[in-house]
Amino acid sequence: MQFSLSSSPHNRVRRDTASVMRAVCYACIPGIMAQVWFFGWGVMIQLMLAIATALITEAGIMKLRRRNAKRILSDYSAVLTALLLAVSIPPLAPWWLIVIGTFFSIAIVKQLYGGLGFNMFNPAMGGYVMLLISFPLAMSMWLPVQSMALYPYNLTDALSVIFTGFSVSGYDITQLRLGIDGVTQATPLDAVRSSLLLGETYSEALQAPIFTSESGLSHGWAWVALAYLVGGLFLLWRKFISWHMPISMLAGVILTSGFLNMIMPDASGGVLFHLFSGAVLFGAFFIVTDPVSGSTTPKGRIIFGALIGFWTVIIRTFGGYPDAVAFAVLLMNIAVPLIDYYTQPRTYGARS
Amino acid sequence: MEAFAKIDILDRVDGAAVVEAIKAGQLHDFPGGVHPPEAKLLSNQAPIASMPVPKTLYIPLKQHAGIQGSLAVAVGDKVKKGQPLTHSSHPFAVPVHASTSGTIIEITAHSSAHASGLPESTIILEPDGAEEWHIMPPFDDYRSVEPVKLIERICDAGISGLGGAGFPTHIKTQHDHDVECLIINGIECEPYISSDDRIMREHAWQIKQGIDILRYLVKPKEIIIAIENNKPEAFEALKTACSSDASITMASVPTKYPAGGEKQLIKALTGHEVPRSGLPMDIGCMMFNVGTCFAIADAIIYGKALVQRVVTLTGEALDMPQNVWALLGTPMSDLLSFAKYQPTKQKRHKVIMGGPMMGFAVANDSVPVVKITNCVLVPAADELPDIDDEKPCIRCGYCTDACPAGLLPQQLYWYSKAKDYPKAEEYALADCIECGACAYVCPSEIPLVQYYRQAKAEIKAQLDEQQKSEKAKLRFEQRQARLEADKKAREEKHRKAAEARKAAMENNGGDAKAKIAAALARAKAKKQQAAKATNSDTSSTDNNESSE
Repeated sequence: MQFSLSSSPHNRVRRDTASVMRAVCYACIPGIMAQVWFFGWGVMIQLMLAIATALITEAGIMKLRRRNAKRILSDYSAVLTALLLAVSIPPLAPWWLIVIGTFFSIAIVKQLYGGLGFNMFNPAMGGYVMLLISFPLAMSMWLPVQSMALYPYNLTDALSVIFTGFSVSGYDITQLRLGIDGVTQATPLDAVRSSLLLGETYSEALQAPIFTSESGLSHGWAWVALAYLVGGLFLLWRKFISWHMPISMLAGVILTSGFLNMIMPDASGGVLFHLFSGAVLFGAFFIVTDPVSGSTTPKGRIIFGALIGFWTVIIRTFGGYPDAVAFAVLLMNIAVPLIDYYTQPRTYGARS
Repeated sequence: MEAFAKIDILDRVDGAAVVEAIKAGQLHDFPGGVHPPEAKLLSNQAPIASMPVPKTLYIPLKQHAGIQGSLAVAVGDKVKKGQPLTHSSHPFAVPVHASTSGTIIEITAHSSAHASGLPESTIILEPDGAEEWHIMPPFDDYRSVEPVKLIERICDAGISGLGGAGFPTHIKTQHDHDVECLIINGIECEPYISSDDRIMREHAWQIKQGIDILRYLVKPKEIIIAIENNKPEAFEALKTACSSDASITMASVPTKYPAGGEKQLIKALTGHEVPRSGLPMDIGCMMFNVGTCFAIADAIIYGKALVQRVVTLTGEALDMPQNVWALLGTPMSDLLSFAKYQPTKQKRHKVIMGGPMMGFAVANDSVPVVKITNCVLVPAADELPDIDDEKPCIRCGYCTDACPAGLLPQQLYWYSKAKDYPKAEEYALADCIECGACAYVCPSEIPLVQYYRQAKAEIKAQLDEQQKSEKAKLRFEQRQARLEADKKAREEKHRKAAEARKAAMENNGGDAKAKIAAALARAKAKKQQAAKATNSDTSSTDNNESSE
């Protein structure tokens, strides 16, 4: 009797790429729910648009490359990229914005480099930075927390604004951005940034209505960040991601912002402000943990994460954009081969 | 503690300190490792069974890591159980023996118990059912026997490491100084396998006898028996067997694959590492498997050669998974039918020799049990996943976290796949122990170990080719040098001959002048003589002969 042959090992964990990608998508659910709760339905429509664009783009490219599209699409990596990009842009941004961004992420940043596993840059962040640079106005149209908005919107309004530019009642995006005080409500990062540019101190900046108190925490935004933290802790707990990158990135943010705030307390934000504003907590667990474009050695992951944290705070404080997670990530993506090369672990039995 | 910081982990271990730490419950961790489902309960519940003698035994001439011995029998010979079939003619040759009494019906190439399944020289034995033993004289009081005699016996009994590597045991036992820690390996970290577990539970006393013999031979400062903490019964059995012997330390090692690997276990017990491309002896450690200890006692105390071993028959496609004493040379077909193999429970008919992590799929059911066969695993259809859907590497690094050798499996994969072998070697491909932990955790289902094996094989082939061409080059250069030397010699000879001729000519020429001169002188003299003739003086012409 002849037997079939195969190579060892004959067993493996039943956790494949697709299930890892799906788990990361699921872990975004608390954050997405918080975004919907505080900033309305817009994010859900952006999500649908992004996922549809990502799947169609990837399928088209697979067709061009004569690969099995179904097999590639079912790894869920395109869905995850779309999701990460969709939650990063203003919820009522026009439809073409997310379509262009997602197309760029999938077609240029991911597939032109060879597809999953070969892309040098984080696809979602590549798309995000492209949008930020190309469409700065549309990308700054963030909404007020809905409970503090002059004109809260509903699902049909959201559809209408995204596709036509006007809500059902005829408001455009600038009107929808007004707070109950009749003033456009800035994001926490914008509020502090513009305040400091006007020559005010950091504690004066914290007087803006978006902040809850002197702590630097903000209405809505801090809760969204917290919700992403919950999802991230789930990923850590189930070992879908290793602790190295998130923890080192947060440490990088804490140390850098703590130090800057110590030496220039009036001109830079505090630790809590930096942690809970913008994309820091979301980025720590969902962006820097992208395995493909990150460092792979144990020491390298820590350096990679910590430097992203460092650059995020530095660019936020001294650079031209309010948030900087995406820039920091892309910057460190470039450094990955160098980091990996110089952080090879010591082999068993080798002299260090 | 301050002393601890100074210890170089590649230095020799200090046996006393190691034992003290183990007794205080301090073990070390080795990097990486995985926790696959152990699945040991499937086979380890019943005592080791005896099998009926097979109709035919296939005894390969080489069953260990080394070279085969020279044939000592011929077709048609009647042999007794335990009679040597080959002789050891080289330090790395270990003899094989007739596993039972019977007749040798053929000596031919037969499917080997090896991943390649390539045919190897095999003695085919037809048992007569008499089970008549050929016993070597037992050493009742081996302590009064010279160690070299015992080592010779260990070799004659055909013992090579039964843990899986199959290194000739007698070579290791020749070291009798500088052994700080003699480590007895009862870890058995591969999932499914329970042959060591059962032999420890049932034959702890004989294992202890084997350990005593090893102690007499290698004179270790300390003896440590290491057993994974998922085998409490085996631990208790050996603890009881060794309870009167204060010099033996029992170590319960946390379950983690591959804790039983030689290097990993040394790290776990001592905190030290075997230097790269070095041996455990370099840091004062020596390791034997529990089954090997049992076989050593068999050979020395009972005079029996290694003719059988415990084999775990397991997997859900077997209706009666269990451990058996299998004669070496027993074909798979006998084992499978003994354990009630149900082919219908498999989608693809697959039989693995060894465990799910490092075992290899056997080619057919005539492949025999050999000295390193610790397990035959026959998985049901969904018991172990088929691994054939390789996807792109997403650089997740799970493999790096799992590697017990501290390597970067993913980089090794890239370089192996790209056939960039110098780079693969730079990333220490040679240090890969092929444990399979990386491929086990890979979410992209990449058969990493297969890539490494291919790369290693090609590097070896390249090296062989290089050595061959270097040899050829050397031969060519030697030939050139020889031709050159011949030419030189010839030229020299010619030159000398020419010189000789010239010299001769010159000499001859000189002679002529001298002769002429002499002749002239003679003539002159004669004239003078003639002139003086009147003086009639006969003090005659002198001697110009000397110039001749």
